[in-house]
Amino acid sequence: MSVTILIPTALRSFADGQVEVMVEGDTAGNALEAFTKHYPDIRQHLYDENNSLRSFVNVYIGEKNIKNAHGLATALRDGDTLMLVPAIAGGTRAL
Amino acid sequence: MSIIPQKRFVSLSNEEISRYSRHLLLPEVGIEGQKRLKAAKTLIVGAGGLGSPLALYLAAAGVGTIGIVDFNFVEESNLQRQFIHGTKDIDRPKTASAKDSITALNPHVTVIAHNTNLTSQNALDILHNYDVVVDGTDNYQTRYLVNDACVLLQIPNVYGSIFQFEGQATVFGTSDGPCYRCLYPAPPPPGLVPSCAEGGVMGVLPGIVGCIQACETIKLILGDGKGLAGRLLLFDAWRMKFREFNIEKDPNCPICGVNPTIEEFVDYEQFCGLKKDEEPVDAITAIELKQRLDRGDTLQIIDVREMHERAVFAFEGATPIPFGKIAQRMEELNPAVEAVFICKVGKRSAHAIRALREAGYPGKMLNLQDGTNAWARDVDTSLPQY
Repeated sequence: MSVTILIPTALRSFADGQVEVMVEGDTAGNALEAFTKHYPDIRQHLYDENNSLRSFVNVYIGEKNIKNAHGLATALRDGDTLMLVPAIAGGTRAL
Repeated sequence: MSIIPQKRFVSLSNEEISRYSRHLLLPEVGIEGQKRLKAAKTLIVGAGGLGSPLALYLAAAGVGTIGIVDFNFVEESNLQRQFIHGTKDIDRPKTASAKDSITALNPHVTVIAHNTNLTSQNALDILHNYDVVVDGTDNYQTRYLVNDACVLLQIPNVYGSIFQFEGQATVFGTSDGPCYRCLYPAPPPPGLVPSCAEGGVMGVLPGIVGCIQACETIKLILGDGKGLAGRLLLFDAWRMKFREFNIEKDPNCPICGVNPTIEEFVDYEQFCGLKKDEEPVDAITAIELKQRLDRGDTLQIIDVREMHERAVFAFEGATPIPFGKIAQRMEELNPAVEAVFICKVGKRSAHAIRALREAGYPGKMLNLQDGTNAWARDVDTSLPQY
């Protein structure tokens, strides 16, 4: 399946400034694996040390959060769009 | 249903009726809605980029009582977006400056200035006096505190947040809707994503997101219209694109779920990883670096700032490798030569050193303390601090 991953502003600097990329994958997990293989610097932002999706990143297929479907095993259809929606905050104190 | 019961209605003076004429002409607001607005007590957390449009639009709309929590002072770099404050307000407490602006716009509004940091100790005391809380915070520890306090007090929480060109807005804490923890159970560890002070923010972005929050607040008070509870609105100012996503209430949510495990406030600094000791890095001050360069020491200077920051001023002799690519481009460094890492304030460069260490880089690494801003302050004062 060919799917599009939409990359939010907060993560673009870890993906060569790309706004969207096309990857192959039949599940959300496979598509994200292909994506992080291409942009290794983004991996630590999406996965924790146990290879689980981090709790401050949501992945949506259309309007649906994959955690309300089958998580990383959620099946994809050709032409689907995966949007990464991380927590954002403007402030200075967190860094 | 409105969050303001009819028994709290107060009458409107003829002057107020004239002022709110355009609301009174809308059947969706009318005299009853305007009385609800006047009776409503709204708390705005943060008198910054989001708080500026929020406070002014809620005041203009005739919200009777507006509380503002903020403990910061107005700085020059705030004025690019925080237009509730003016140039004359630099160095004043933000709450005092915001109060003056609101009163100048609408003297019928009662403004309560809470010139304090919102903490686990004072949050319930402050929040319980209000009907609705609008979250304009810029940091995770206050955001989780506001979320938890609103859930515990059963007060709706109108949420907004921003980063660079992108904003989020929704309504949390309604009786059957999700809360922030349902969406994001835990925050990112500090330093993973740069802040606005390092990453920048388009000035009008908080204006737009703050206006969306003001709109949601007014609809909650009026008890009408379709609110954002259960829907996350994502706004990309650069591509002028709105997207909408479902947020489901998480039955396992530790605070608003079926069997909540959080019944009182936690330590939010700890929860957000701010108390965790970060692995130390060796530092060099701007003055020491200047001395070593003057002495002719062999050093490799790595500038981890972004290209557009280097356009503000380029650091002479430095090799540019942006923060996000540092591990990927490790082979460009020579482990036999001592490396000095620089960024704007010395935070990203410290994280870059940690990332390289983790990736197995064997060479000696130093962090320029307080970054190029320190260099501009202590060594070459002809350069700007930004």
